[in-house]
Amino acid sequence: MEVFLGAVINGIALGMAYALIAVGYSMVFGILRLINFSHAAVYAFGAYMVYFFISLKFGLLPAILAAILLSGLLAVLIDQVALKPLRTKASVPIASLITTIGVSFIIQNFLSMDSIFTSEKKGFPSLNLFGNIQFGNLTIQSSQVIMFFTALFLLGLLTFIVQKTRLGLAMRATEQNQRAAHLMGVNVNYVISAAFFIGGASAAISGALIGGYYQIISPTMGAIIGLKAFSAAVVGGIGILYGSVVGGLVVGISETVAAQYLGSNVRDPMAFVILILILIIKPNGLFGKKGISKV
Amino acid sequence: MHKKNDFRVLPAFERFISRFQVPLMVLGLGLLIAVPFMGVSRVNIRLMMMILLYAMLGMGLNVLIGYTGQVSLGHAGFYAIGAYANAILTTAYGFSFWEAAIAGACIAALVGLLLGMPTLRLSGTYLTIVTLGFGEIVVMVLKQWDSLTNGNFGIRGIPKPVFFGHELNLPNGGFYWLILALSLLTALACYLIRFSKTGRAFTAIKEDALAATMMGIKTVRYKILAFVISAFITGLAGAYYSVINNGYIEPTNFSFNISVQIICVVIVGGLGTIRGMYFGAALLTLFPQVFRFLDQWRFVIYGVLLVGMMQFRPQGAMGWQSTLPYRLSRGLKKRLGTPAVSAPVAQGGPCDADV
Repeated sequence: MEVFLGAVINGIALGMAYALIAVGYSMVFGILRLINFSHAAVYAFGAYMVYFFISLKFGLLPAILAAILLSGLLAVLIDQVALKPLRTKASVPIASLITTIGVSFIIQNFLSMDSIFTSEKKGFPSLNLFGNIQFGNLTIQSSQVIMFFTALFLLGLLTFIVQKTRLGLAMRATEQNQRAAHLMGVNVNYVISAAFFIGGASAAISGALIGGYYQIISPTMGAIIGLKAFSAAVVGGIGILYGSVVGGLVVGISETVAAQYLGSNVRDPMAFVILILILIIKPNGLFGKKGISKV
Repeated sequence: MHKKNDFRVLPAFERFISRFQVPLMVLGLGLLIAVPFMGVSRVNIRLMMMILLYAMLGMGLNVLIGYTGQVSLGHAGFYAIGAYANAILTTAYGFSFWEAAIAGACIAALVGLLLGMPTLRLSGTYLTIVTLGFGEIVVMVLKQWDSLTNGNFGIRGIPKPVFFGHELNLPNGGFYWLILALSLLTALACYLIRFSKTGRAFTAIKEDALAATMMGIKTVRYKILAFVISAFITGLAGAYYSVINNGYIEPTNFSFNISVQIICVVIVGGLGTIRGMYFGAALLTLFPQVFRFLDQWRFVIYGVLLVGMMQFRPQGAMGWQSTLPYRLSRGLKKRLGTPAVSAPVAQGGPCDADV
């Protein structure tokens, strides 16, 4: 029982961090209908920026703040430089998809260059700031608690932004119908940039959390986690914030429980098993309302 | 939607290729067949093999993306199924390469059918997501199913193909001719599909699925068919790969990166074209080799290449308009004006049918 509970708690902590990444996929997908493959690279970039600023003796919090800002700006830059021209040219969707793959190549390989950070794994300061907490036989790491509450707070903040602010209103309008929103005076380009910024910033936070949790970062750290987070976004219903949270939790818990009982090979693909099941049974995701375009 | 400048990037080059298509093809084919006699080093022969292999993989995916307009990010899964089926049937059950390769391709096609039936009812992006998951799951099954696939350790000692008593291998050029033949057969098959009734149905679905339904095309059925054909070709390529890789395959050979690589071949070469697949495969295979002097920058530049390509030539290097299958006379073309028949492929012109 303790083993099972331990796996579940581990899954919940990881799942919340996935949810933070998933938000970025979800927002961009909701507005642009684009799987943003560069998001995973932004996540890795965020973790590396934290590492970089800490090595400059910034202290943990200022380092994370600087990394958040830089990652958000990087995401906006990606959109402005690489994706916006394609939108104005009304290019085929796959051109944008390949562009994001290309951008993720650029960032990932840039990070792994010998003159930058090298491709070797780097140690990352531990998030386990207050040691372990014992409940009978059950051990909870304080890093898990920190991860959970940080992510919960940020996701709450994002929900507030999306539901209660003018920017959020504009975002929701753009998501429903870009053209109509534009005609109603919404600055669509600004909304898209905001979505990219928020996505990049939350990815950076998640990078810091997961980096601190495993105490290790590498330039390719985003590759698998990015795909998992995207699955989480789709499982919960894309474009819906609490959907991302539930999706993240489902993916996180199923992954740690499966790893515990079925072996570590099952760990990573568990997200995709759930994804395919959900898409076949309920194509809009658990909470998705939006009908997908059918033929 | 028409963008004249998209089409007018390399007009002289495009005209040249279009005019001398047949002689260029004969010349290219002759050169390709003669490669092993020209004293090319083994390393370069191997490179040529990889180019042809990726051209074949590209053509397989092209049936889906280029002809039917459905994007798959999980083709490494079918590639793996073909490779493992061949490896298992030859090592454990003593089948010959030829039988096992066909069986592998058929198994891949069957899996494509099973995956396609529930998922191709979903459209566009959702199919992409499902295929992405499929690719990962195949790798998981390969790692997990120890009794059949030997798990993480992979399968060793896959026998080389024997052709009428001659073992095909790298030094005698057999491997090279084998993939040349396979890729040319694939090209022929794709050409025939393209201009068949089925191919026109594929194009109709790509251009406008709703209109295609209205014209009485059973879109789901044709999408599944495209998926199955695509899986078959990819599975066959996988069977070939299992043989040339020193008789050894393991699950990590079929990661998500391979799916990305295949899709890049299709896009960079030219969506919906066959010549483009050869060009794209050559470009992407040779790029890291030729630009060795750039050292680590080359992988960054590889990304820049992809991004730049999408900005300035989204229809791919070899993607431009021909008037096939309805060849127009010069006079008629002039009267219609070029732009009318020259909507860029990527934009989906009314009669784009490149080869």
